[in-house]
Amino acid sequence: MTWEYAAAPESRDIVALRSSYGLFINGEWSDPVDGDAFKTVNPATEEVLAEVSSAGERDVDRAVAAARAAYTKVWGPMPGAERAKYIFRIARIMAERSRELAVLETLDNGKPIRESRDVDVPLAAAYFFYYAGWADKLGYAGHGADPLPLGVAAQVIPWNFPLLMLAWKIAPALACGNTVVLKPAETTPLTALLFAEICQQAQLPPGVVNIITGAGATGASLVGHGDVDKVAFTGSTEVGKAIARTVAGTRKKVTLELGGKAANIVFDDAPLDEAVEGIVNGIFFNQGHVCCAGSRLLVQESIADALLDRLKRRLATLRLGDPLDKNTDIGAINSPEQLARIRELSDAGDAEGAERWSPECVLPAQGYWFPPTIFTGVSQSHRIAREEIFGPVLSVLTFRTPQEAVEKANNTPYGLSAGVWTDKGSRILWMADQLRAGVVWANTFNRFDPTSPFGGFKESGFGREGGRHGLEGYLDV
Amino acid sequence: MSEAKKPADVRPARVDVRKTYKLYIGGAFPRSESGRTYEVSGADGGFLANAALGSRKDARDAVVAARKAVPGWSGATAYNRGQVLYRVAELLEGRRTQFVEEVAASDGLSPRGAEATVSAAIDRWVWYAGWSDKISQIAGSVNSVAGPYFDFSVPVATGVVAVLAPRESSLLGLVSVLAPVIVSGNAAVVVASESGPLPAVTLSEVLATSDVPAGVVNILTGRLAELAPHLASHMDVNAIDLTGAPADLAADLERAAADNLKRILRAPAAGDEATDWHGAPTTARMLSFLETKTVWHPIGV
Amino acid sequence: MTQVAPRPAVSGLADVASSESSLRQFLHGLPGVDQVGAESRAATLGTRSIKKDAKLWALDAAIRMIDLTTLEGADTPGKVRALCAKALRPDPTDPTVPSVAAICVYPDLVTTARDALRGSGVHVASVATAFPSGRAALPVKLADVRSAVADGADEIDMVIDRGAFLSGRYQRVYDEIVAVKEACGSAHLKVILETGELVTYDNVRRASWLAMLAGGDFIKTSTGKVAPASTLPVVLVMLEAVRDFAVIGDGRRIGVKAAGGIRTAKDAIKYLVVVKETAGDEWLTPDLFRIGASTLLNDLLMQRTKQRTGVYSGPDYFTLD
Repeated sequence: MTWEYAAAPESRDIVALRSSYGLFINGEWSDPVDGDAFKTVNPATEEVLAEVSSAGERDVDRAVAAARAAYTKVWGPMPGAERAKYIFRIARIMAERSRELAVLETLDNGKPIRESRDVDVPLAAAYFFYYAGWADKLGYAGHGADPLPLGVAAQVIPWNFPLLMLAWKIAPALACGNTVVLKPAETTPLTALLFAEICQQAQLPPGVVNIITGAGATGASLVGHGDVDKVAFTGSTEVGKAIARTVAGTRKKVTLELGGKAANIVFDDAPLDEAVEGIVNGIFFNQGHVCCAGSRLLVQESIADALLDRLKRRLATLRLGDPLDKNTDIGAINSPEQLARIRELSDAGDAEGAERWSPECVLPAQGYWFPPTIFTGVSQSHRIAREEIFGPVLSVLTFRTPQEAVEKANNTPYGLSAGVWTDKGSRILWMADQLRAGVVWANTFNRFDPTSPFGGFKESGFGREGGRHGLEGYLDV
Repeated sequence: MSEAKKPADVRPARVDVRKTYKLYIGGAFPRSESGRTYEVSGADGGFLANAALGSRKDARDAVVAARKAVPGWSGATAYNRGQVLYRVAELLEGRRTQFVEEVAASDGLSPRGAEATVSAAIDRWVWYAGWSDKISQIAGSVNSVAGPYFDFSVPVATGVVAVLAPRESSLLGLVSVLAPVIVSGNAAVVVASESGPLPAVTLSEVLATSDVPAGVVNILTGRLAELAPHLASHMDVNAIDLTGAPADLAADLERAAADNLKRILRAPAAGDEATDWHGAPTTARMLSFLETKTVWHPIGV
Repeated sequence: MTQVAPRPAVSGLADVASSESSLRQFLHGLPGVDQVGAESRAATLGTRSIKKDAKLWALDAAIRMIDLTTLEGADTPGKVRALCAKALRPDPTDPTVPSVAAICVYPDLVTTARDALRGSGVHVASVATAFPSGRAALPVKLADVRSAVADGADEIDMVIDRGAFLSGRYQRVYDEIVAVKEACGSAHLKVILETGELVTYDNVRRASWLAMLAGGDFIKTSTGKVAPASTLPVVLVMLEAVRDFAVIGDGRRIGVKAAGGIRTAKDAIKYLVVVKETAGDEWLTPDLFRIGASTLLNDLLMQRTKQRTGVYSGPDYFTLD
């Protein structure tokens, strides 16, 4: 007897989609002056969800001007304690409207509702709640008694955690007294636009937060705008480098949170069942669309077979399908472009001689899908061991000694995160010390918290988001 | 032989033994591999010495030496690094007279001004030495995450840092940018003040005898415009301090540094007030060359 | 006192129990359990949303898996007979409701239960071995078991010697289980680990393996007399053990019984989810998964009525026994 779970779709009635969205500038919606429009689709069904404005250069200019005016006249001079209350309001409204935000995120992004409901949205609200409390305590942040904000922050965020990345960017910026122009990713603008409504409900002064939608060109003109004091970007290393070049020679302060190729290192004395969960959570969480994903599994040779058996058995229980179904573990790939990249790199894995394995898994006919995939027999030189795939594809390599594990883990231009699984405390601390990564998860993986600084070494970017450290990027220090 | 024919019995003035000013790479004092030197004049325009005119390859060698030194130096205990930096101050104090002369000549300072500058440079080593085991307590944290995890953040050395030393302050300026880089465990490749390189070379002699491990500090003399672009674009350099770069060069260097996303400490912009190197330092320079590493671990039985 | 020689229960692991030290080596060589990871996995599985047909199936399955239990000092033959009637026909108004798996009583009431259930297919389970503390001499425990079996118990729920286990005397625990198993004869043996006293998941895993190696047919969480009784993560760890035992051992599938503290249909369904996604669908049978409970049954019946009629029911419509 097999027990099949019945479909348990979350209702999408809670979301009231408009057919088209304007730009949110100076507290109001307006059509683009010199921009265009584009469609955003549900990647699980290819259904068009709404038409969204594409901001042109003059629109960027309008948004920056609104942010500047709000900074100069309202938000900059406002006492921190008053700013705090606005940010607390936002946190509360996000919690109140959490189901709506979760459903909308899942519709636009393709991620399972279980994740948007239990991870993305609650964490996003938590970031606002955390940073709200900093607004009147900046003198205790370690940058002198009265650190000053920078001014207008240009923020460009990716499609993998649309609302959560918005929170990582906007919450500390506002707490420090900056105003914001934020551009969400082209394929996932809807929760940011709903967030604009939340700002209205919170009666945030006009111009403090401006949301402009568009593609790369909009982002580039925002980042390059002459009246911007701060640039914060999360996305690919390639674009991150371009931004670093753009701001060279200016006074713009920059934080970049870029790609990764994290090693998830499992020793022979690891708590194996939890390690398997950690590996699954490390690479299949959010379809692997995670910059800190544990995309390289480094397993000690003596337990490699046993671990892989367990891992494969576990993968067979993953439920891929309708992202709105409350029992779905793996949702849709966010866009056809991303799907093409995942396919290309996976094919390269085949071509380079690695062995591909996926559990039996029926992919829906509509939408963009890729099955959870493991490559074994991978060597350090393979493309799938070096390049960020940003999809549900795990490359498995082996090691024999802790030194070898560290060498292999660090042998990458990236340095965002790493995982270590072992029951030996001293080894955990030694590994944590040796790994060149901004976040080391020991006996866990992919945990995030507003109090915990996050960000990379090397080509994974610079600056930290989260915690007291996250304030520095938004203060003139 | 008559008395008159004897050479006059006067003691000739002693000819002093001059120093050859060389590069400092990996704990050794090589000449530039290019064989080139350039003439260094005092602030009054008079000839002081020939200094090595470092080349692209010298810069490359310096990066290799620095990279090699990183594991040992960053892995040393903070207490040990603090003692080593303090030792530099001790030896500098012992050679104070020599530095006062060189700084006076290089920077065009009065004897009193040069005395004050050398004193400040010595004190700066002492100040930074004390930070070695305290910076992590200032910059680190334990994070109260909403879950059963112990979560802490520690600052760790970035790695190899290229340092373009200030042009106008040959010793105090140099010490003020170098000490904060190495105190936390980074290794430095310094391009000394182009016009006043001699105190930097003499400092390297102090470093070589004061327990600073080979490669932790490497000092190049020569043309900034020639050396800096190679360091800025070098893929095995993790960070660059542009303090000594003129505004026109700084933007290009920053662009080149984007190739591997180096951490950048920008030069003062045109129009900014000139840095007063006698002013009290802050933690900012140290923090610029530290990475925050956050570690999570479950709490359970 | 008869010396019971340890008997290799499983061919592939024959040497494991050959000495105290090899037993210890084996049990301490099992992978550790990270508490936070295990609890987080169980919590995630607890968020599964079971609706419609899947829920109906689960409610019936849960009823079939119940060991309807009364283990009170105040138990009487009358109380046991009433419970047996409930076990056979949980809802007298609805003949489509299945019978439960077994009745679980103290040894002196086995005869009563056997008489009430004869020929029904509902098993009689008896706790034994100086339940719940287990603090009696081995011959006394064995006599307890033999008496219950002689009276007609189909299943024996023994308790392990937690004192011996916690002080590292694994061989003693092992030998005792082996002896009890032998005393059971053809009756099925459920080994109660009393996980609330073992405290750590590492201990739960080790005790599970010890019980399986010694020949237990089921491993069971709790007596119900110690808090905490059954929890989702404890059962997760035990299910991992039986799942692995089926692979590493001779393929024998060991059952798991979650006992104590499971009072609502919602909780019961969470357990079934953990069973399905840990050990697999093969374990979703009363032969391999049981829930020791008393009040749970009525909530399952209420939910079942709601699921079939669309109307919320109330406790007055279900019998109290």
